[in-house]
Amino acid sequence: MENVTKKFPGVTALDNIQFNLKAGEVHVLLGENGAGKSTLIKIMTGAYTPTEGVIRVQGEEVKIDDPIHAQELGVGAVYQEFNLVPFLDVAQNVFLGKEPRKNGVIDRQYTLDKTKEALDMVGADIKADALVDTLGVASQQMVEIAKALNSRSKILILDEPSAVLTEKEIEKLFKVIERLTAEGVGVVYISHRLEEINVIADRVTVLRDGQYIQTVEVEKGKIDKDELVRLMVGRTLDDFFPKHDIEPGEEILRVENLGKKGVLENISFSLKKGEILGIGGLVGAGRTELAKAIFGAEPADSGKIFVHGKEVSIQSPSAGIANHIGVAPEDRKKEGLVQILEIDKNINLASMQKISRGPVVNFNKMDKVSNSMVDKLKIKTPHLKQLIMNLSGGNQQKVVLAKWLASDTEILILDEPTRGIDVGAKVEVYNLMNELAAAGKAIIMVSSELPELIAMSDRILVMHSGTISGELSKDEFSQERVLKLAAGGEA
Amino acid sequence: MEIAQINKLKNNRFFETYKTQISTFIALIAIGLILSLMTDKFLTGKNLLSVMRQSSINSILAAGMTFVIISGGIDLSVGAIVALSTAIMGDLVVNSGLNPFMGMAVALLLGVIAGSTQGLIIAKVKIPPFIVTLGGMTVWRGVALEYVNGSNVYGLPKPLIWLGGGDVLGIPAPVLMALLVYLGAWFLLKKTKFGTYTYAIGGNEVAARLSGINIDKILVLIYSLNGLLCGVSGILIAGRINATSAVVGVGYELDAIAAVAIGGTSMSGGKGIIWGTLLGALVMGVIRNGLNLMRVSPYYQQIIIGVVIVGAVSIDALRRSRK
Ligand SMILES: Nc1ncnc2c1ncn2[C@@H]1O[C@H](COP(=O)(O)OP(=O)(O)OP(=O)(O)O)[C@@H](O)[C@H]1O
Ligand SMILES: [Mg+2]
Repeated sequence: MENVTKKFPGVTALDNIQFNLKAGEVHVLLGENGAGKSTLIKIMTGAYTPTEGVIRVQGEEVKIDDPIHAQELGVGAVYQEFNLVPFLDVAQNVFLGKEPRKNGVIDRQYTLDKTKEALDMVGADIKADALVDTLGVASQQMVEIAKALNSRSKILILDEPSAVLTEKEIEKLFKVIERLTAEGVGVVYISHRLEEINVIADRVTVLRDGQYIQTVEVEKGKIDKDELVRLMVGRTLDDFFPKHDIEPGEEILRVENLGKKGVLENISFSLKKGEILGIGGLVGAGRTELAKAIFGAEPADSGKIFVHGKEVSIQSPSAGIANHIGVAPEDRKKEGLVQILEIDKNINLASMQKISRGPVVNFNKMDKVSNSMVDKLKIKTPHLKQLIMNLSGGNQQKVVLAKWLASDTEILILDEPTRGIDVGAKVEVYNLMNELAAAGKAIIMVSSELPELIAMSDRILVMHSGTISGELSKDEFSQERVLKLAAGGEA
Repeated sequence: MEIAQINKLKNNRFFETYKTQISTFIALIAIGLILSLMTDKFLTGKNLLSVMRQSSINSILAAGMTFVIISGGIDLSVGAIVALSTAIMGDLVVNSGLNPFMGMAVALLLGVIAGSTQGLIIAKVKIPPFIVTLGGMTVWRGVALEYVNGSNVYGLPKPLIWLGGGDVLGIPAPVLMALLVYLGAWFLLKKTKFGTYTYAIGGNEVAARLSGINIDKILVLIYSLNGLLCGVSGILIAGRINATSAVVGVGYELDAIAAVAIGGTSMSGGKGIIWGTLLGALVMGVIRNGLNLMRVSPYYQQIIIGVVIVGAVSIDALRRSRK
């Protein structure tokens, strides 16, 4: 790609970008939230047309009309946000929009065979006629990859594929990538996790604010983390996990024998003001369900919840909010945000009461709150009226956090709070957690990222199949202990 | 940033936000120009007032429909609720001698009752609005027909007739009423929590619920408001034709939906601007009026209106799909 520029109203997302991909290499795109990574790959797949610039595939200049055309040229992509149809089966999804026909009807057998071939290629053990809705996130991602591939694939683009995966699943994904590169497929890989880059990258191209910064060759296992961060954010970060130790105050939340049939069993713990309680465990261990039960989104059917020592009944999110509980959900697209609404309204959606007199909203106040949040969290946007769907993935995550900071939340449950946000912004989020804790708020942090869990928590609860399999105090923290408990063993 | 630059950004944003409405407006002017060239009767003060009068009822119904559609719903029972409120009001006022103002209150109340019942079922039983209001469409008209036993009522008292046909300083009363409704609707949609929640629910109901919004309450309010505006329309129709009947309003919901669509509101919810709907209703009114002036047969009129609806929405959709 040469001199590629893309302008949106009010934003120059890409400014004169250079990028090339060799066969059989893994080329990582690195950059802060909103740097233009997703936009660049959407241009590669024809989802966006560039304002200026030239694209060549195997030396030949091409104009890519749309993703299906891109696939014909051998370019396949898995986007940051999944795009599968839940109530169709795997084969139907893989062939969506390009169904092969035989005698006027879809050639079902052919689609099943080809899908199986593609699934074998990525080494996924999934049935071609399974309903997508019944698959876990990791399997859905494998289906996405299978969908992006065909026999002619030369280029595979993966936009933050690891964000939704567990460590084990990531390892599997890397095996798939290795297999594909060995066959000569060039892979464009986007991730905010530098450890991953260390494992798979051959070259790294850094973007900052829509500008091309540099392309560096890297040696596996020997990346210069600090240098990459410096290229990416324009300064060095001295501490990736700035944890402040705060003396916890009085108890603010206590949960006794919380249970929900088939999901949660016998959950008891307490939480103090100023404390950051980490919750570890594997995907499916019931961590998100616990968060939802405390908040009232999916109420528990047995057990008790005490806030400030008083028993409360929380049967709906509004009851949760009335008790000053907030949850920043892990699935921001489905649960966290209204994509087609503006930033300012999303930030204030859970606290409209605070900025209204009677039924009438005070928009000056809304502006003020929104501006301060945009500044505080460094949300990158041309203005407050931007629709959420036009923000980069990481900036959307920041808006979710902003929503709960804007409402008077005292017990903040963060479900995978740094998923999809860049290293610089992660540090901002950690600082913010420190600030909140210092202000006497209590935080429950559900996280699959062990370094983060261990660095930021004051105490860790580990869950396994709906129960708490162990509690670790600060001096007992270690990745091995968390993993053992998560697998259901003894620490 | 330079001031000029900031202003340019702001103008851009204005254009971005109102693109559909601006093009609807341009279309309205263009249609008007064409009509004034094709017939000399179109561009007269009298005719323009009558276009507005004829459009007022559809405008009012479309305003309510805008809330419903932004919230991600649809209401097919509009015409039937209009019939319900107008027929029972007429019967009470003329046959039972009820005070006309009390009669109007009854019409409004009936609209609210019908609307809120549907809203409650949609919210609590979680049945799609399409189905609930499809049922409502036959139920409310059935109730109306049964109540008046299929017969019509003629000769309404003065206040009602004034509302349908009177004027203030030359401006027809129904037009004033429509204006009031639009100002109110704009205020609700743009300035209140209720309006913001309406957009939020239509945009992403799950996220709205998890933000603590009482979805059920807002849905009931939306369908009640729509019912209330059906009641208003019922009163205006009664006054205009100086009669009431349980068979009026057939197909009104379709005109209202068409006005909303032409005005640029997204049929999948979450997005829409009330003034766009007003423009949409005016476009439909102007085209109908023009076709009448040119003595186009009603059958052809149907065909043309249908083409206009699909055409207007297609142009918008095609422009949007360019990225
Ligand atoms: N459709 C759009 N309309 C307007 N602006 C857009 C649109 N899509 C992206 N942008 C803007 O372009 C810039 C680059 O966004 P992009 O999604 O490419 O970032 P990214 O590098 O992928 O970030 P992240 O790591 O957060 O996913 C951002 O400022 C974003 O707000
Ligand atoms: Mg992105």
